[in-house]
Amino acid sequence: MGITEAILLTIATAATPLLLAAIGELVVERSGVLNLGVEGMMLMGAVAGFGMALTTGQPWLGILAGALAGTLFSLLFGFLALTLVTNQVATGLALTLLGIGLSGMIGEAFVGQPGVKLGALDIPVLSDLPLVGRLLFGQDPMFYISLLLTGGVMWFLFRTRAGLTLRSVGDSHSSAHALGIKVVAIRYLAVMFGGACAGLAGAQLSLVYTTQWIENMTAGRGWIALALVVFASWRPWRVLAGAYLFGAITIAQLHIQATNLSDLASWPAPLYWLAELVKSIPSQFLSALPYLATVVVLVLISRNRRLTMMNTPASLGRPFVPDR
Amino acid sequence: MTGDHARLGEALLDVRGLTKIFGTLRACDGVDLTISKGEIHALLGENGAGKSTLVKMLFGSLEPNAGEILWRGKPVRITSPNAARQLGIGMVFQHFSLFEALTAAENIALSLASDTPISTIAAKAQALSHSYGLPLDPYALVGDLSVGERQRIEIIRCLLQTPDLIILDEPTSVLTPQEADRLFETLERLRGEGKSILYISHRLEEVKRMCDRATVLRHGKVVGHCDPQQETAASLARMMVGSEVHEIVREPAKGAEAAAVLLEVDHLDRAPATPFSIPLRDVSLSVRAGEVIGIAGVAGNGQGEFFEAISGEATQARADTVSIRGENVGLMGISGRRLTGAAFVPEERLGHGAAPAMTLSENLLLSRHATDDKAFLGSAGTVLTGALATAARRINEMMDVRKSAEDPAASALSGGNLQKFIIGRELDRKPAVMIVNQPTWGVDAGAAAHIRQALIELARAGSAVLVISQDLDELFEISDAIAVMHNGELSKPIPIADATFEKIGLLMGGAEPGHVPHEQRMEVA
Repeated sequence: MGITEAILLTIATAATPLLLAAIGELVVERSGVLNLGVEGMMLMGAVAGFGMALTTGQPWLGILAGALAGTLFSLLFGFLALTLVTNQVATGLALTLLGIGLSGMIGEAFVGQPGVKLGALDIPVLSDLPLVGRLLFGQDPMFYISLLLTGGVMWFLFRTRAGLTLRSVGDSHSSAHALGIKVVAIRYLAVMFGGACAGLAGAQLSLVYTTQWIENMTAGRGWIALALVVFASWRPWRVLAGAYLFGAITIAQLHIQATNLSDLASWPAPLYWLAELVKSIPSQFLSALPYLATVVVLVLISRNRRLTMMNTPASLGRPFVPDR
Repeated sequence: MTGDHARLGEALLDVRGLTKIFGTLRACDGVDLTISKGEIHALLGENGAGKSTLVKMLFGSLEPNAGEILWRGKPVRITSPNAARQLGIGMVFQHFSLFEALTAAENIALSLASDTPISTIAAKAQALSHSYGLPLDPYALVGDLSVGERQRIEIIRCLLQTPDLIILDEPTSVLTPQEADRLFETLERLRGEGKSILYISHRLEEVKRMCDRATVLRHGKVVGHCDPQQETAASLARMMVGSEVHEIVREPAKGAEAAAVLLEVDHLDRAPATPFSIPLRDVSLSVRAGEVIGIAGVAGNGQGEFFEAISGEATQARADTVSIRGENVGLMGISGRRLTGAAFVPEERLGHGAAPAMTLSENLLLSRHATDDKAFLGSAGTVLTGALATAARRINEMMDVRKSAEDPAASALSGGNLQKFIIGRELDRKPAVMIVNQPTWGVDAGAAAHIRQALIELARAGSAVLVISQDLDELFEISDAIAVMHNGELSKPIPIADATFEKIGLLMGGAEPGHVPHEQRMEVA
């Protein structure tokens, strides 16, 4: 396995949790709900997945437990924000804070324990293909699940009636209500889907990306996922592209820090200069890049008001109380 | 259209004692209503009479507290709009229930039964729209469409469900007279097909023209059933209001030709501020002391943009595009323009005309913090509460503002009463130039007459008054000349003596686009 292939593989592993969490949040936001609790739901998924896999020895049960924990945790948000109509921003933030604390408490016993790894698939013959073999046919199952989910969400939102209904609720909940669409029920389903996806993303972190439980191990990935949805202007395929871009930035940053410039002396001059330049950038700046990129994208898309209006769910974050 | 009850078929819908209570307000109080097969039934009433509450209960959006609904003679409970649709009740909403970010076809698909294949809806909608003479592009984004086109989508969407009863909530308030005529043809045709129509309107001429029977509501109660053919517009209005509505008195403006021009708009251009707003193109207009100029137009043809440009909410590139009392104010903001003696009443009351959560006196202070010699401010910038309260009381008495407390929050007032306060607040300044956008939208007939009379009197006392309105009746009542705004262009003003509904209507539909420099206006006059 060459160095390029290895880097690409790690990029895919780093991008997968971002993609999973972001595609779930995209569906939530398309229904007009802003759930800022992604980070908390991911942590709950991570700790539940790790614990389940550790006690049963079954990584797949761990993945399921992660999705379930994310869903249950999102229901708490749903009950507060949709049924009791609390402020969505404040509720989402509270969910994240609660998730950090609760997962830390639950996971106290798991710290330092070796976990169970969800192994990579190895499709015979195909995975031996040069260059793309391992990349496309020898990855862990979560990689495939994340891609299938992205494709599925794309198809669901823009090719099915249910997806149309969901988008209509996000565009104008009062119009949807007047037509007899069950706004709150649809939003509950969307929030639960978002929770399940965040839970999967968390379980991927504790069962694939690393095989251990560390307190607050999501390390801000939930926030990157949230930024990613805006970065992608609520379009699924752009979430995919963005997740891999942000994943690549994360990996590049790690590799650059680990590399000595003297090892690269044999590189052609322009490449060497580039490496030198990148290495001179403080790592904190590179960590901040996804957020910076999101701000830049927000500025760019807001210049085109028409595009913004077309893609931004107009009811996003607005509380809805049906009159009867 | 004889209104002969024997001609009408058996009862399709029978409503008995329907009641809806919001808190202490009985929005609908024991309402009885019978609609026969193949009739157009008018539902009349002032704003707040309970018309919308009643139809929302019929369409399943609201649940009645008491009373029963019989559909084809059988008692039914309509628990949701879906249930209403299944019975065969369709509704065209007053404030459209459309989704701006979706296409026309997608909007239609959302209200059809869920087993309808989405791919066939566009073709079906197109076929139906052509057969009723309501052309429609199913792939157009609703956000890009005009109000008239949006209403077409609503109607097509309703017809695709093949309802037996169609409820139309004030459908013509956003249409040109010609568009309204087309709608009436469609309705006549539907009646011919045996469908029943419940027609809500406050335009009495329309009701007299089309409807077989009418039910009149006042304060949530039915005050009468009548045959509109046998009534006059005045007698219908009396039933709705419960008392005589004062006729507007408008004496012809004397010597207006010689009076000074107080408001001058000179070749005003404005690029669209948002994707759905209209650019203004080369708008010129002058208003002289002593006259009322009306601006007609279908909603969304640039009137809002025009108002913003004159009021200073949007400033211009050149100072001389707008001048008030001879002063070039194009670069000034709202306060600067108000200081020259102008007053503005925007269309949107909450958020533009008044700060919703603040009291009436605070709103009064806000609008005069810089103007009128800062009458409410002491030497150190403190608020003179006594003077403020006196002025607020004076305005409320002058305009007969009905409120629940001495100094309530602006949002606690009904739309009509708040409008009376806002207009009164500006009139109280005795402005030399008064610009009003939709002066009586949503205001009941009695109060509307009061506001219109006050605007005429202001002009006759020597001010220049510019009124932007969608209500043609209103403009004909108060204006000395009417100009029409269509697609961001303003026609030359037509003196009221030469203006007819037909002429103005054609201009509203864009039949005669282009603008004529304001100097030519006097030749016509």
